[in-house]
Parts: sequence; C-alpha cells; structure tokens
Amino acid sequence: MSALLSCSNVSVELGKTRALVEVSFDVQPGEVVALLGANGAGKTNLLLASLGLVPFAGQAKLGDASAHALSARDRALRAAYLPQRPQAIWPISVEALVALGRFAHGAAPDRLGPIDQGVVEEAIEACALGALRRRRMDEISGGEKARAHLARALAQRAPLLLLDEPTAGLDPAQALGVADILRAYAAKGGAAVFSTHDIALAAETADRVLLLRAGRIIAEGTPSVALTPDALRDAYGLSARLERIDNGFAAIFER
Amino acid sequence: MSASLRASLTLLGLSIVALAAALWLGPTPLADPFARDDITRTIVWDIRLPRALTAWLAGAALGLTGAALQGLLRNPLADSGVLGLSGFAALGAVIAFAFGFATFAPAMSVAFALVAALLVTTLGWTSRGPASLVLIGVGLSSFAGGLIALALNLAPNPGALADLVNWTLGSVEGRSLEHVALAATLLVVGAALIFAAARGLQALTLGEEAAAAIGANLSNTRALVVLGAAACTGGATAVAGVIGFVGIAAPHLVRIFAGHDPARILLPSALAGGALLVCADIVVRVLPTDTELKLGVAATLIGGPVFALIAARLASRGGDT
Repeated sequence: MSALLSCSNVSVELGKTRALVEVSFDVQPGEVVALLGANGAGKTNLLLASLGLVPFAGQAKLGDASAHALSARDRALRAAYLPQRPQAIWPISVEALVALGRFAHGAAPDRLGPIDQGVVEEAIEACALGALRRRRMDEISGGEKARAHLARALAQRAPLLLLDEPTAGLDPAQALGVADILRAYAAKGGAAVFSTHDIALAAETADRVLLLRAGRIIAEGTPSVALTPDALRDAYGLSARLERIDNGFAAIFER
Repeated sequence: MSASLRASLTLLGLSIVALAAALWLGPTPLADPFARDDITRTIVWDIRLPRALTAWLAGAALGLTGAALQGLLRNPLADSGVLGLSGFAALGAVIAFAFGFATFAPAMSVAFALVAALLVTTLGWTSRGPASLVLIGVGLSSFAGGLIALALNLAPNPGALADLVNWTLGSVEGRSLEHVALAATLLVVGAALIFAAARGLQALTLGEEAAAAIGANLSNTRALVVLGAAACTGGATAVAGVIGFVGIAAPHLVRIFAGHDPARILLPSALAGGALLVCADIVVRVLPTDTELKLGVAATLIGGPVFALIAARLASRGGDT
C-alpha cells in the first residue's frame, strides 16, 4: 500500500527562524506515529506543512498528490487536522461542532444525510460525548472541549489524522482514552500522527516516534529503539530515560 | 422546526406588522389608512409606503451585513458602521453629489464600501481580539469623515451642502419607489453573495486554520462576504445615509433565539434589521419634535449603548472572542 503521507526535505522558514530543516518521513496505513520534542522543536510546523497550511520548501504528498496542489476540500478528504488550541468561536452545540467534520463531504451541521448522521453518531460515541451533545461549547469543561474537537476530526473520516497535542490538558484516563481512539483508527486502516510532550504515552501508543530538535529529526524508529537516554538528552536537554514497566512505559527525568 | 426557521418566521411576521403600522402611524393622524380620498392615498401610498420600505430594506441590508462580517471576522463587534464601510459608502455618494454626477451616487457608494471592506478585512484578518479590529474600523470611519468634510469644502455646488450634511446623518424622509427599487436590487445581489458564503462562515467557527483543514475555501468565503457587504452597505447608504448599529444589534438579538451558528443567523438577522429600522423610523415620525429627528441619529441613540454593553461584556470575558 502506498504512504498516506510522505514528506521529503520539507523546510519551513518563519521570518529568519528555520522552523523545519529538510525533514523527510513517511506514514503508512495502519501506523500511529508520535512527534516528540521540546517546545519550538518544529512539531506543529511539521503537521502544518504536511497539510500545506504553511509555506514550505521540499515536497509533502498526501497520498498521491502534493499538499500544495490539492483543493481545500480534497485535502480535507485525505487528512483531518486537530490544531493545538482548537477554537469554537461561537458557542454552538457539541453536536453541531462534531458535524462540522462532515464539511468536506458536503454536509452542513443542520442538514446531515443518513451517512453523515451515522458518522457523527459514531464519533460522538467514540469520544463519550453522548450526554453532552446538546450542550453549548462554552458550557463544558476543558477536557470535554478537547474530546468534542477530537470527535470533529474523527467525523471527517479522512484516512490520515494529524493531531497537535490531542492529550494536552487531559487527565491520565482521558489521555489513555485518546490513545485508544488513535489505535482503533489505525487498526481500521487509517493512520494517525500526533504530537505530545507525554513521552510515556507516546511510547505506549505509537508504532514509531519522530524525535525533533530545532527543526530536525534527531531520532526515529520504534519507541524503545529511538528514545534512548542520549536522544532524549539531545532533545530535551535533560537526563532522561524510558523504562518499560508492567503494561507500559514510564519516562523518568533528572535535573 | 429549527430555532432559526422559527425566528425567521416570527421576524417576518414582525416586519409585516411594523410595515403596516408604518403606513398607519405618523405625524398626520389617519383614521383609516385605506380610505379612498386623495389626501389619504397620497400620504399612505406615495409618502409612507416608500419610506417604510426603504427603511426596511436598509435595515435588512445592514443586519445581514453585520451578521456576515461578524462571522467572517469572528468578531461580535463587527458591522458596516463600526468597520467604516458605511462611512466610505457615504463618502462615495457625497463625492458624486457634491461634484454634480448624482446619478452615479449609488455606484460610488458601492465602490467606496468595497474599498473599505477590502481594507478592513485585509488589515483585520489576523487581528488579535475584537478591539484591534474595531480600532481599524474607527480609523477608517474617521478618515472617511475627514474626506467627506474635505469634499464638502471643495464642492463646486455649495447649495447642496445642507442636504448632504443631513444625509450623512441618515434618514429615509421623502424616499420614492425608485429608492426602494435601488435598495432592493442591491440587497438581492448582496444577499446572494453572502448566502453563497454561508457554509464558509460556518466553518470559520473553528478558527482560520481548522476551517481550512476541514475543507473550507477561505479566500472564496472572504471574497463573497466582502462583495456582498459592499453591495448591501452601498445600497443601504445610498438610499438612507449612514445608519449605525443596526448591523450589530440585529445579529445579537437573533442569537438569543436562533442560536449561534453563523450561517443560520444570516436570514433572521436581515429580517430583524429590517423590522428594527422600520420601528425606529415610526418612533422618529411620531415623536412630537419641531424638526424630525434623523433616523440615523435615533439608531445611534439606541444602538450606541447596546454596542457599549456588548463591548463591556467582551472585555469582562478577557477581551478575546
């Protein structure tokens, strides 16, 4: 099967800073890929460049087409994106927000066909939003908002999910819930790329991690291979190690 | 029935009631507006009807534009008046009148409103928070005000000065069915453009980046709203002068009943704007003042405090939208 996303020599410049320097990687169907790295390492720009939402040099292909060449709609049918700080500028209902995920399929939140309705239901259920569906976005908690926005991205039903810190601000149980959703997405033939600062969660969830520093990939591979103490020290400037414990991983940092 | 459809039907009913009341109420008391004598017929059908329809159309155009601009710029304080579109439209018309090519006044209004819309959406697209966008609008409005004064100073035809000053205050006094036809045509054109952008406005609820990522063509949405706002504001200003705050008040009132979906408040906002302005014009006409209060002044007297309230509420929420 061909890659859902392939970046080769992608560079992003923001003013005089080089946010991303000749980054190359592929994402295959069935994969969960975690992006790790300190603040400002280039995780967000890597996601945005993959979608063609920031100007970049090099090549980023979503499936068989260049991200730049795709119309907004065609791009949305290939990749769904969850920004780091998702917004609901108007306090619409949770249900209406999730339904916006069907935009590229031609559906409006107040006019969903049976297929769209089914997909929206599934996303609402996957993110445990059933009881909140009629609540307004300004009447729910931060964690609930994060789940609503994730459900919106799921409802897009694109083969590729690109999520910028989807577990930021979530309690451990909810963060694991998000990890399960990503695994399930990959198990059904999709792929998910997510950025996070939770190294243990990344190690547990991802088939592969990309460790970034100053816009470059400094380590890549399965979590236990890529996330060596040296690589972690390089990335975060701290003595760190990843330990396998009973059912998962723990990340231990020392000053 | 959806909340927005219910709101639309209610507001349509209110608009009809207001228009009927506008035929009946006025400085000259009429026992029966449908009486067949010449005086009653002239008052009701030649004076009051065009005036009321002009007020409704101008209000609808401004209400619709307000809702669309608020959605596009994700800013609850946006409207034609605040963002300077009305000021520029007035400037265009003043130039046309003052320099003796009055037939082009409506076209000049639309063209100048378009310039303001382009400026404010370009400068304000990435503005942080509602306040900075409003400041851009204040700048444009004052600039337009200065240029209007300049145009009046340079005008070769000073006889029209008093009329022009009055007109920049906003009024629908003495309008004819020609004005009605002009405002209606531009409202239909503007509404078609704005309604074509409705889905894009809906997507913008998620913010710019995520809207683009769910598949919205934002440059399209922006162009449609800018052109639609120019047509509506140009039309409204060409027939009624500068009338502020209807464009802010209408969408805010509508959201209470119809929810916050930026696409679903477009139609009710137009209907609410129309009904509001007809009611305001009735008040202006029945107030026992020596010279009639200008409609634009009345709208500002009511709308100004509403604007301040909304702004204060936003500020207390931390100022971000």
